[in-house]
Amino acid sequence: MIHASGLALQHQGGPRLSFPDLAVPQGHTLLLRGDSGSGKSTLLAMLAGLLAPSQGHLQVAGTDPWSLTPARRDAWRGRTLGLLPQRAWINPALSVWQHLALPAVCTGETPDTAAIDRLLQRLGLAAWAHQPARALSGGQVQRLALGRALVRQPQVVLADEPTASLDDRHTAQVLEQLRELGGRATVVIATHDARVIQALRGRPDTHVCTLPPAGGPA
Amino acid sequence: MNPRRLSVIRLVWAHLWSRPGVTALNGLLLTLGFAAITLVLLVSEQAEHQFRKDLAGVDLVVGAKGSPLQLILSGIYHLDSPTGNIPATAADQLRAHPLVAQVVPLALGDSAQGFRIVGTTPDYLQLHQARLAAGQWRAQALQAVIGADVARRTGWRVGQRFEGSHGLGGGGPTHGDHPFTVAGVLAPTGGVIDRLILTPVESVWQVHDVHHPPAPAGGQADDHDHAHHPSHDDDEKAAPQPPRELTMLLVRYRSPLAAALLPRWVNSQGPLQAASPAQESVRLLGLVGVGIQVLQGFGAVLLFVAALSVFVALSHAVRDRQPELAMMRLLGASPRRVSATVAAEALTLAAIGVLAGMLLGHGLTHLLGHLLDGQASLRLTGLWWSPLEAWLPLVGLGLGGLACLGPTWLAYRTSMLPALQGHH
Repeated sequence: MIHASGLALQHQGGPRLSFPDLAVPQGHTLLLRGDSGSGKSTLLAMLAGLLAPSQGHLQVAGTDPWSLTPARRDAWRGRTLGLLPQRAWINPALSVWQHLALPAVCTGETPDTAAIDRLLQRLGLAAWAHQPARALSGGQVQRLALGRALVRQPQVVLADEPTASLDDRHTAQVLEQLRELGGRATVVIATHDARVIQALRGRPDTHVCTLPPAGGPA
Repeated sequence: MNPRRLSVIRLVWAHLWSRPGVTALNGLLLTLGFAAITLVLLVSEQAEHQFRKDLAGVDLVVGAKGSPLQLILSGIYHLDSPTGNIPATAADQLRAHPLVAQVVPLALGDSAQGFRIVGTTPDYLQLHQARLAAGQWRAQALQAVIGADVARRTGWRVGQRFEGSHGLGGGGPTHGDHPFTVAGVLAPTGGVIDRLILTPVESVWQVHDVHHPPAPAGGQADDHDHAHHPSHDDDEKAAPQPPRELTMLLVRYRSPLAAALLPRWVNSQGPLQAASPAQESVRLLGLVGVGIQVLQGFGAVLLFVAALSVFVALSHAVRDRQPELAMMRLLGASPRRVSATVAAEALTLAAIGVLAGMLLGHGLTHLLGHLLDGQASLRLTGLWWSPLEAWLPLVGLGLGGLACLGPTWLAYRTSMLPALQGHH
């Protein structure tokens, strides 16, 4: 599902980041570990088609995002990827329900109301569906962001420090829901959260990739 | 907004109402700007329409020497005092002139309940294309036909008797011994005739036979100078009868040549003065036009300020909403779609401003018309539609478009990377 070889990024006037080769099958989870500045988020951005590698080959869900025109890349991102940023970036003007409808609206499609209702039930947010998203607690906001990433049943989920601001209980809950609700999606989690690593390491479908410190050997 | 539905339109609406104070302020500014423009359009058009309607096809006003504008204001619009009286024989002279098609005499000087009593002939009704809603025109003295506004405000009906009083503004001594009888009521015309009490010229002469000595013909009149026929009092019975007088004559030309020749001929006839309604109205509209231009300028400044405010508010909103816009991009929205939602905010606000402004402009015009209803001035209605109003939505879209250019470009260039990495 995800194949990368010889990926490198040369920042203008900055250090050159080189990344290990990746081969993550469909339905598997990849844990990206590394210190701050090692390039975890940069690699995620490359996988999401937001940052063009200076070198190397990349295939995500069978597509090299950098072979697409910008417009097609946007559409591909919306159709194929589920993105879970470090911060949820909720829209204070929208209700909880509308947040799950937003991905469809962004790509000019009609939201699947039944799927949204089902997902809200499974996220435990059904009672809050009509409330403004700003009324949710921190843990609920993170679950809402998870729902927004998964509502269109993406082939690949990219999560950047998804548990950074959560306590242990909510961390476990988000990880469980990510795996459970993600279905057959390939999940990439960039994290240095030991709780995440401990929870997922050792599973047969989990791969761990540790990035070397910036400037170090690849 | 239904929290279980979402579309681009609802998203735009939600964004607008996520900052109700700013949205309301910008909406108010736009509304006031468009209301001011609408008000000026409606008032100026109705004023001009009324000015032209009240001209009633009169080509020339002939009166006593004085200001031509005053002659027009008193003889056509019934707003000012007349310049004085002229001999009634002037009417016969003019009727005999080969370049004159019609002469309608006017004898002014009295009023009733604040409405001017105008001594004239039935031709005056024809000039104004007025028709009787009730009763008839009677040629006998002291029989009156009242305008629609007079009937509405006084409640007078056919057969009602009323007394006139000296002076055009009301409040003078009454002619209690010469009461008028309402013989007819005119249907509304929307013109000055609605505010007049019309009676045969002989009525005016008869009412003033008793009260007043003759004024020197052609002399400057005060506001209760009358056309008169001073042939009364026992002492005067033996004296030679002084000539009858009129206040002015409304003249229609027989041929366009008259416009060049007749005024000069009239002005050479001793006490007579000719005034062209067309020329004087242009002068009058020119004077009023300055005020209208000031109001139009004021409206334009308001609109400019509103557009600037929308621009500033949208720029701030786009900066504040960078993470939300970036999130939309991460969810697959193209730069064009994201910037379109920002542009749609400005255009929605402009559309609301245009609609609310036009409604408010019409409402204010109607209110102004209501306030002026009791005065002998402009008749305004908010139900008037100006063809120029069709341009206002386009002006609104143009302003909205200009105001959103910068913010839309900002939205178009929104970077997704900081949003993914949580750096906004």
